Amino acid sequence: MKRTPKHKNAEYLMTGSLSRFVNNQNVAGYVFILPWVIGFFVFTIIPIFSSLYLSFTTYNLTSSPKWTGLQNYDRMFTDDPLFYKSIMVTLYYVVFAVPLKVGFALMVAFLLHRKSRAANLYRSVFYLPSLIGGSVAVSLVWKDIFSIHGAINSLLNIIGIKGVQWLGDPRYAIWTLIAMTVWQFGSSMIIFAAGLKQIPDMYYEAARIDGASRFQSFIYITLPALSPIIFFNLVMQMISGFMTFTQAFLITLGGPLDSTLFFALYLYRRAFAYFDMGYASSMAWVLLIIIAAVTALIFKSSKYWVYYESKEK
Amino acid sequence: METKLKNMFAPFLYHIFVVSFAFAMVYPVLWMIFGSFKTSTQILNESYKLLPSSFELNNYVSGWRGFGGISFSTFFKNSFFVTTIATLGVTISSAMVAYGFARIRFKGRKVIFACMMATLMLPSQILLIPQYILFQKLKWINTYKPLIVPSFFGSAFFIFMIMQFIQSLPKELDEAAIIDGCTRYGIFARIVLPLIGPAIITTVIINFYWKWDDFLGPLLYLSRPEKYTVSLAIKAFSDATSTTDYGAMFAMSTLSLLPVFFIFLFFNKYLIEGVSTTGLKG
Repeated sequence: MKRTPKHKNAEYLMTGSLSRFVNNQNVAGYVFILPWVIGFFVFTIIPIFSSLYLSFTTYNLTSSPKWTGLQNYDRMFTDDPLFYKSIMVTLYYVVFAVPLKVGFALMVAFLLHRKSRAANLYRSVFYLPSLIGGSVAVSLVWKDIFSIHGAINSLLNIIGIKGVQWLGDPRYAIWTLIAMTVWQFGSSMIIFAAGLKQIPDMYYEAARIDGASRFQSFIYITLPALSPIIFFNLVMQMISGFMTFTQAFLITLGGPLDSTLFFALYLYRRAFAYFDMGYASSMAWVLLIIIAAVTALIFKSSKYWVYYESKEK
Repeated sequence: METKLKNMFAPFLYHIFVVSFAFAMVYPVLWMIFGSFKTSTQILNESYKLLPSSFELNNYVSGWRGFGGISFSTFFKNSFFVTTIATLGVTISSAMVAYGFARIRFKGRKVIFACMMATLMLPSQILLIPQYILFQKLKWINTYKPLIVPSFFGSAFFIFMIMQFIQSLPKELDEAAIIDGCTRYGIFARIVLPLIGPAIITTVIINFYWKWDDFLGPLLYLSRPEKYTVSLAIKAFSDATSTTDYGAMFAMSTLSLLPVFFIFLFFNKYLIEGVSTTGLKG
């Protein structure tokens, strides 16, 4: 390392006890992580505890919070049909959208797994929707395409199928949103593509010599080798699935007949339309518990289907 | 894996299949871009047609005027301001923190790191309400501070990504510098920072497009239209004009995605790198 004279000078000046303190291994470490630690306390830890406290209160932002004990939770489970509705809608959405998205991502990654310039180009094209899918612009386009006289229905009309009210019928509206989520499989696909590159070619060669079909090598080589990545994708997509907000807010506003009233949307409405901050906080805690429970479930199940290289040896 | 194909038609069919699938995938995006050149009547009455009958630039002119006397130049300026400052903050702070976690063995490192990784799985809804109350108490509502200030304290996602990059650098570099009498701060500024360029670029572009697309943040914290960012403005614009002016809405939507398209075209490599090394996407 070449050091400038100026730097040498600075080193020379920094030899007092202050410099020994600042250059101590522990102190230096804390100095570097300090921004995150401050942010963690101010924007995460303190908010978590105030949220827990607020969940036992009635609070409308203008008067100070009033302690009401378990009343919010009681009201949620006994006297709020929309709470149940929003949980059911969200579970339905997660159960269908997440496996479909992950499965699609895996299939396409496998389909494009070859060394060619074209495959790279295709991957980029398939990645585009997940890149722009979260934007307001795309939600508005989706709303237009699936409207009663929109592009989907007129294309169906050409091939002689009568379209349906994709966004106006409670049976289909949720599927329009699921389709939009699955459409954005690109980022999961990229992760799978990276995983596929790690699988040694000789595994496939060996299987081929033993007479395995392409389908069989997919089932017995690709799937087990990718299972840690599949697991990881399922968990992360599940968590973001439970928090879905923007699409529902922009495309259906929870309707028709609350058929797309996602939990996050209902929570937003409670908090920022009715200013029912205490109740909304207790909803957030229920969401946290549901997500933690489902994550724990997936983790528990993982020992039956996730293979780690080291274990096999 | 090289597939041995049995006849010469198979690759042909493969490409036909993949290309038509890719076309279906980007159809909504093409529909929006071409829609921005159509007249509103054509959008409504001939929605099966992808290409416009003639390219009209009128939508861009009328759309740019915006609503309530505020044009889209204001909204774009606002978005660029918020996005640039927040990205600057998150990049500098995340690089610092990443270096601390990756290279310095300080006490409590493992516990603190585990806390950080746990926040990645924390649903943001838990923090939404208390943060809103905090910002309201600070009188930050209707300013850009709630959208910008938290960025200056690092983001677990980017810290993790840059950490992985730093860990791939040879440790001998640090050790040699320490023997030469370089401090940790000097190592970070003079040795590590110049070497983690690709990770920095990835952080900048991913955060840029996340912030650019962010909708919930501006929706909660900005209520005066002259403060709106582009994403919020488009939503307001579509509410104000939805029944009449589809073309203008598509025109402004297309413009709002231009920065993201630009990143996609020129920095795609970094995006894909970022997604595949962390395996995460928020």
